[in-house]
Amino acid sequence: MNARFVRVAEAGRPTFDIVIDGRVAQAAEGDTLMVALLAAQDALRDSEFDEGRRAGFCLMGACQDCWVWTAQGERLRACTTPAAPGMSIVTRNSLAGEGVWPHAQG
Amino acid sequence: MAARTGLNVVVIGAGPAGVRAAQTLVAAGLRPTVVDEGRRDGGQIYRRQPEGFKRSYETLYGTEAARAEALHGEFDALRARIDYLPETLVWNVGPKAVHLVSGARYQELAFDALIVCSGATDRLMPVPGWHLAGAYSLGGAQVALKSQGCAIGARTVMMGTGPLLYLVAAQYVKAGATVSAVLDTSTFGQRLRALPDLLRMPATLRKGLTLMGALRGAGVPVHRGVTPLAIEGTPEHGVTGVRVKLADGDELRVACDAVALGYHLRSETQLADLAGCAFSFDQAARQWLPEVDEDGRSSVRGVYLAGDGARVRGADAAERAGRLVALAALQDAGAAPSGTPAEAARLRSELARYTRFAQGLRNAFPWPAHFAKALPDHTVVCRCEAITAGELRHVVREMGATEANRAKAFSRVGMGRCQGRFCAHAGAEVIAAEAGVPLEAVGRLRGQAPVKPLTMMVSAATQGVDDAPGRAREAGLTAQTQAQTTAQAQTTTQSAARACTSPQTQHGAPCAKEFSE
Repeated sequence: MNARFVRVAEAGRPTFDIVIDGRVAQAAEGDTLMVALLAAQDALRDSEFDEGRRAGFCLMGACQDCWVWTAQGERLRACTTPAAPGMSIVTRNSLAGEGVWPHAQG
Repeated sequence: MAARTGLNVVVIGAGPAGVRAAQTLVAAGLRPTVVDEGRRDGGQIYRRQPEGFKRSYETLYGTEAARAEALHGEFDALRARIDYLPETLVWNVGPKAVHLVSGARYQELAFDALIVCSGATDRLMPVPGWHLAGAYSLGGAQVALKSQGCAIGARTVMMGTGPLLYLVAAQYVKAGATVSAVLDTSTFGQRLRALPDLLRMPATLRKGLTLMGALRGAGVPVHRGVTPLAIEGTPEHGVTGVRVKLADGDELRVACDAVALGYHLRSETQLADLAGCAFSFDQAARQWLPEVDEDGRSSVRGVYLAGDGARVRGADAAERAGRLVALAALQDAGAAPSGTPAEAARLRSELARYTRFAQGLRNAFPWPAHFAKALPDHTVVCRCEAITAGELRHVVREMGATEANRAKAFSRVGMGRCQGRFCAHAGAEVIAAEAGVPLEAVGRLRGQAPVKPLTMMVSAATQGVDDAPGRAREAGLTAQTQAQTTAQAQTTTQSAARACTSPQTQHGAPCAKEFSE
């Protein structure tokens, strides 16, 4: 899948693994979770209110568009949470385990 | 947290205003508490990159490098003389205490004086497709670069108006990112007419012209006087292009995979609201702002406001307003150092120039209120819950909801996760246009605690509170966080159930009030 964000500076930082929807991806030290996710794919989550995908908006903790779910069912605001080794994030409703990502109705 | 003088001051925000306020209090012998949501100080404008990143001040902050470096350096020097609470959200303000949360830690902090330096975020006007993945605020696009060394896309369009439009575009170009176009809704004529005010700060005006020159030099297409028509793309993969009507009436489509949007800034006023500050309608800014006197005193004794969170005048003005408001707080407590009257007079006179300049910027890059009326019905107004202009107009037309809070209760525009930060201004314009009433008649959305989502972890953390009043607070918080989590996680579309993001307002009114008014 295509990355959304393009790294244009601070190259050469040490990297570590995170898991996105079961696949391993690389994050760099100092990345926010949002950057780590969007440097690997083009969205952060499914919208609960329409059929689209969402990829954050304000990047400063104001809009709350970038909350994501961990595989363990914890919620994280991706723009203000540093990426950390071993994080496992679920960005697709259809891939979430039972009870991890509440399903929208109607 | 007791200060040497006994005056207990809490400063919210560690941007230019908050840092200068804290510094002024420390110089007067106090030990203030500085609460900030950021991981590091500097606010959004002088946001510090993570430890270990290597770009220079010049690379990060351009012409503002010296100011940024000075502010960071002086805050570092203050650290041992203040109580600094980074990564901490003020989620409510009570009569003499702020309610804080940091990770899973909940805390209530009493104050004698509260200085709110809550800053600003982008002011947004919807456009069809702005909810697609790949559409960001201009401020967000800047944070990606400044704080994370990333561009928001491989080919980015900057659209809207305001100084940030040109600044972020120029910063992207300088960093080697591709800017496919700058699409400005304001015109050259508007710029010319604003010139007398803009000339109050000739050096700043010159910096702006230099930015525009840099974009021309880099071959970035810049169009003025455009009308945004749509951000195009697919629900699955997001933005693929932008369509606008040019000033001459022709239509232009620019292919891109990211759009940065913004129409200058809006003050972040929710905490002032929760503190009980009186607001009035600012006709020129077309927004409700907390009332402040020249020095930043609000209508509530002991509550002070400074920086862009009170009036959008920019970072340099915020530094001065932060100093001035701290002197006011000291003066009111009878703790002002000698020389305060002269210093305050100097700051007031400098701030007057920034006020004129800010007025010039508003006129040069005006908020396009008239776009709201022309938005197609299918345009999403509330990004949080994908609620359209048509749905909002429906409750105005069919249910008589011409007042902001009533329209919010019926349509849910302004009730989602962002608590109206990114839809309330445009939503009010849509309501006013549909109802055929002046904007001020629509009123403003009441602030609601918690100002941002809290998690269930917080309610668990409050289990440790053991005094009786604390227990009462703990119970309240647990109920609130559960309701919030329900509202935000379950996302059923039973609007009555979801509407209750916060069962109690600041003044104890039940959430159901939303439906009874």
